[in-house]
Amino acid sequence: MVPLIAANDLVKAFPASRSLRDMARGHRPVLRAVNGVSLAVAAGRALGIVGESGCGKTTTARLLLRLEEATSGTVLFEGQNVSALHGAALLPFRSRVQLVFQNPFDALNPRFTIRRSLTEPLRNFGLPAAQWEAMIREAMARVRLDPAEAYLDRHPHELSGGQLQRVVLARALVTHPRAIIADEPVSMLDVSVRAGVLNVLRRARDELQLAAIYISHDLALIRYVCEEVAVMYLGRIVESGPTAEVIAGAAHPYTRALVAAVPVPRVDQDRGDLPIIGGLPDQRNQPSGCAFRDRCPLAFARCAEEAPPLRAIAPGRHAACHLA
Amino acid sequence: MPGASAMRRRPLPGFVGSGLGFLRKQPFAVAGLAIYLTFILLAIFADQIATHDPREILFRGAYRVARYLPPSATHYLGTTAGGRDVFSQLVHGTRSALQVGVTAAFFVVVIGTLLGLLSGYLGGWVDRVIMRISDIILGLPFLPFVLVISALTRPGTTTLVASVALMLWPNTARVIRSQVLSLRERGWVEAARVTGCSTPRIIFVHIAPQVAPLAALYGSIAVGWAILTEASASFLGFGDPNAISWGLMLQDAFANQALSRGVWTWFVPPGLCIVLLVLAGFLVSRGSEKLLFPKLGD
Repeated sequence: MVPLIAANDLVKAFPASRSLRDMARGHRPVLRAVNGVSLAVAAGRALGIVGESGCGKTTTARLLLRLEEATSGTVLFEGQNVSALHGAALLPFRSRVQLVFQNPFDALNPRFTIRRSLTEPLRNFGLPAAQWEAMIREAMARVRLDPAEAYLDRHPHELSGGQLQRVVLARALVTHPRAIIADEPVSMLDVSVRAGVLNVLRRARDELQLAAIYISHDLALIRYVCEEVAVMYLGRIVESGPTAEVIAGAAHPYTRALVAAVPVPRVDQDRGDLPIIGGLPDQRNQPSGCAFRDRCPLAFARCAEEAPPLRAIAPGRHAACHLA
Repeated sequence: MPGASAMRRRPLPGFVGSGLGFLRKQPFAVAGLAIYLTFILLAIFADQIATHDPREILFRGAYRVARYLPPSATHYLGTTAGGRDVFSQLVHGTRSALQVGVTAAFFVVVIGTLLGLLSGYLGGWVDRVIMRISDIILGLPFLPFVLVISALTRPGTTTLVASVALMLWPNTARVIRSQVLSLRERGWVEAARVTGCSTPRIIFVHIAPQVAPLAALYGSIAVGWAILTEASASFLGFGDPNAISWGLMLQDAFANQALSRGVWTWFVPPGLCIVLLVLAGFLVSRGSEKLLFPKLGD
């Protein structure tokens, strides 16, 4: 399997706020939002990145899209290192890797008609104007906004959330990209329209053989659309593998906690206690050894001394836990 | 194009409809616009409205300068110490006031918006340089600086407009910058980057239209400031000596002790006109503030 898009040991460090003591000592503390993430997705496949708020999954997506420059590590697209590209050199990459936004109400310029929003990428990527109308209509048909005329000359405020997200999807697909990154694609939508948008995304992925990366906090969604999953905790991948296997037999205690936290559609169900407590620790005062140690129900002496590396535990499966 | 049928049914652009409704709900803004309109008409038709040549020294009988004539059917507001018609000077003064106000406001808006956009979107050293320059200018006392510039260069309208533009752009730039700082975090700006927009295209095609109403607001404030400054500078003798302006009328009246002579019709009208025109600017900006920030209370 040759990956279409891959990340090697990506690190993104942001300057953190400095205390007076830091200044006196000349320290420049950094916050590693992403701390050595490697992943790979082949054409026609979907990878889900799952984790709680603040685990670095959105930053990972922004690094993959080159919206953010990595502190270290590389992003490879079709074997080419795109980390070093800037300005106009980045355009071919931009036209082939597109983003679906979390908030459809904020993702379209409120002053542009839908047609104008869809024309922007075609113009920017230098496609001949004669093809624009046909490509726009193809994209609108692909996201099931029929008939296109009913939407193209409207402004975003005239459409519903589900329709807007389909337009956002159409804009991502209009230039025929090779890979698509969806950051919480349905979390802002009504539950009733979520499945529709997800199905459109999945069908587009199959028909166009896209490499897809879904960012979500919702394991149920990931299971619905992704063959592979990577679980992130504090900027690192702690477990990865085929989605069904990871969910059925989670090797890392954090993954187990995520699985246990998935809501079940039964109101009277007693969920029992969640296996982990507390929230994310302060990034600057991470525990020694394993970053998950202070919340882990299984932590023992070795966890404090030694950070477990991400290692293979079965064919295609990796986990970062001494017990896995 | 198959979109033609849809084009026909396209509704009225939202801002036209809301603009009309806004006018109904904003009597102050309407009053401000009405004052502007009156003065604009006065300026355009000054030659037709004025009863005399504003520079002409009038005589009554042989060699007797028609000084300090009381208001009458021929001289609506009487005459000056130099025997010139006050009403005609007032009408022609509208031209220089509007000229100064509008050109200065234009430059304030253009410079302020441009620098605010660049400062807010590019950030980094561009932002730091622009903001430090604006700090320095905001620290300079406004009128004394204008007077020094006028004294050092040839006094005249150009110098005045240039120094007003130089002194007032930082206010506009700062407000535009803060607006851009919030706009640049919006999803659709990010989307513009992902869909391959160049930085100039993001700034001028995507972001600039969003800050245009705010820029217009600062423009209408700048009109008032420029007119006040021109009047002040002219009154203090730093204006264009050949122009006919309200400030110069006031200076003329002051120099001839019109106040102690009680020639109210000479110096009250130009003062009133300055107040009205400046007031109009603030009324309009207050009204557009309601349009821009509808959530602000009274």
